[in-house]
Amino acid sequence: MTSHQISIAEWRERLKSEKAEDLIMELIERIERSKYNAFISINKDAIERAGEFDRGKVNGKLAGIPVAVKDNISTGGLLTTCGSKILYDYIPPFDAHVVERLKSEGAIIIGKTNMDEFGMGTTTETSYFGVVRNPHDPERVAGGSSGGSAACLSVGEGVISLGSDTGGSIRCPSSFCGVVGLKPTYGLVSRYGLIPYANSLEQIGPLATCVDDLALLLEVIAGKDQRDSTNSGKEFVFDPELLNGKKLTVGIIREMSGNDDVMSSFNEAVEVIKSLGHSIKEVSMPSFKYALAAYYIIAMSEASSNLARYDGVRYGHTLEQITSWNKFFSAVRAEGFGDEVKRRIMLGSYALSAGYYGKYYLKALKVRTLVIRDFKRAFKECNLLISPTMPALAFKIGELADPLTMYKADVNTVPINLAGVPSLSLPIFERKRLPVGMQIIGNYFEENSIIAFARKVEAEINEI
Amino acid sequence: MITDEEVLHIANLAKIELKDDEVEKFRKGFQSILEYFEILDEVEEDVEPTFQVLPLKNVFRDDVPGKPLEREKALMNAKHVEEGYFKGPRVVE
Repeated sequence: MTSHQISIAEWRERLKSEKAEDLIMELIERIERSKYNAFISINKDAIERAGEFDRGKVNGKLAGIPVAVKDNISTGGLLTTCGSKILYDYIPPFDAHVVERLKSEGAIIIGKTNMDEFGMGTTTETSYFGVVRNPHDPERVAGGSSGGSAACLSVGEGVISLGSDTGGSIRCPSSFCGVVGLKPTYGLVSRYGLIPYANSLEQIGPLATCVDDLALLLEVIAGKDQRDSTNSGKEFVFDPELLNGKKLTVGIIREMSGNDDVMSSFNEAVEVIKSLGHSIKEVSMPSFKYALAAYYIIAMSEASSNLARYDGVRYGHTLEQITSWNKFFSAVRAEGFGDEVKRRIMLGSYALSAGYYGKYYLKALKVRTLVIRDFKRAFKECNLLISPTMPALAFKIGELADPLTMYKADVNTVPINLAGVPSLSLPIFERKRLPVGMQIIGNYFEENSIIAFARKVEAEINEI
Repeated sequence: MITDEEVLHIANLAKIELKDDEVEKFRKGFQSILEYFEILDEVEEDVEPTFQVLPLKNVFRDDVPGKPLEREKALMNAKHVEEGYFKGPRVVE
């Protein structure tokens, strides 16, 4: 944890001697002065909400706590752009399920965070609103796609935040910015109000400066919602005592590695895990060789269908003149989407088109079956699995100009989304003054084991 | 090899207008990405596909009428509105 970061405990401590209204105003000023570009918009109502807290009118698990929300999560009455020109002025008429939950627990939505356009990127460089700079080195990216949600926490422009993770979009920026982030089990958190990119892969998840805060935020957002037909209906209640005295078998995934900086940090963390009395075992996941290709085919295919809704008729960017059907839609979308989004929509359309369905899409779904089998086998031998979150330290801005090179940076994170299992990125040991993240993966709905384990490792690392 | 014609065909399927110089740029990207996807040719065919990771089947909710989005709210983000309706392009020329 850097000296800038603010935990919920620290914020509550400040609330004992200062008014929430003053603290929120100070936070907003800080965001407005910021050079990191973590936010797309600020919620001016936040000051009013803080005033209500000061008058004792607000209760709940997150009463008076500021939360930053990724800009693809619908906030009723508050600008929600998905980092895209095509939604540059879109005001949702309703709240996402997770936003309803935050409000009912007394949280203060401070603003909407910057992101890769529609979540399509690993660096937040595809945002229409400009790149998010990494607070550890402003010449480097904060990671993506939830770059703003991670960067704001690492520099004290937020306390907790929400991101979404389709192929690593919470874990990658968490790793690059030195914060904790979790992609929950598919179906634990309702996707109602999450503007879709690839429905079968993505989940909303919490980011925080420490494991305890992440657990609390997950408690608030998880749970039953009938409006998402893939919601499991399961609740999450954190049990910090769960692993007390238990010795686990932790598997290192052979197919997930990193460069020398990343591996030396990771190996140091493995020693910490051993020192806590857990045993380490190497596991092999042969299907992972195909996971990256399968992931991109599925994500692009789903994107091509999901993003068909942007037609310039009901919301967002449009043309002054309504011409013919074909011309109008094609021109609106040409002007409204950035290159990476166009690339993925077009490749998705191609993968689903006549003659190619069996070669690409169906094949990718078969790989998904193989990936699930590998995880099932590994969880028979191991309680948890670990790997470096990202194969490299935070990239320099502009370093990943070639699309395929950028896709390959997701190699360690995408298999998790294919299978739908939960995974948390925990900051471990810095290299070259840049954060490194360790990914802790559990079986379906094993968030409690992951978080309890991460909490012990975090405490031990903070001691060193 | 992906040709310029194929790129234009895909762009038409996706309803995205491309300028001439964009065709070449996207063609190159598609080429290298699709070559990378060839790795899936190695994967065995005899595997069931997984469309959805949770063992959920036929999730129903109670069939109770709810409150729909009000017309005013549904239209609030549209720029072309006429007599309480969205106005879109003519489908038949």
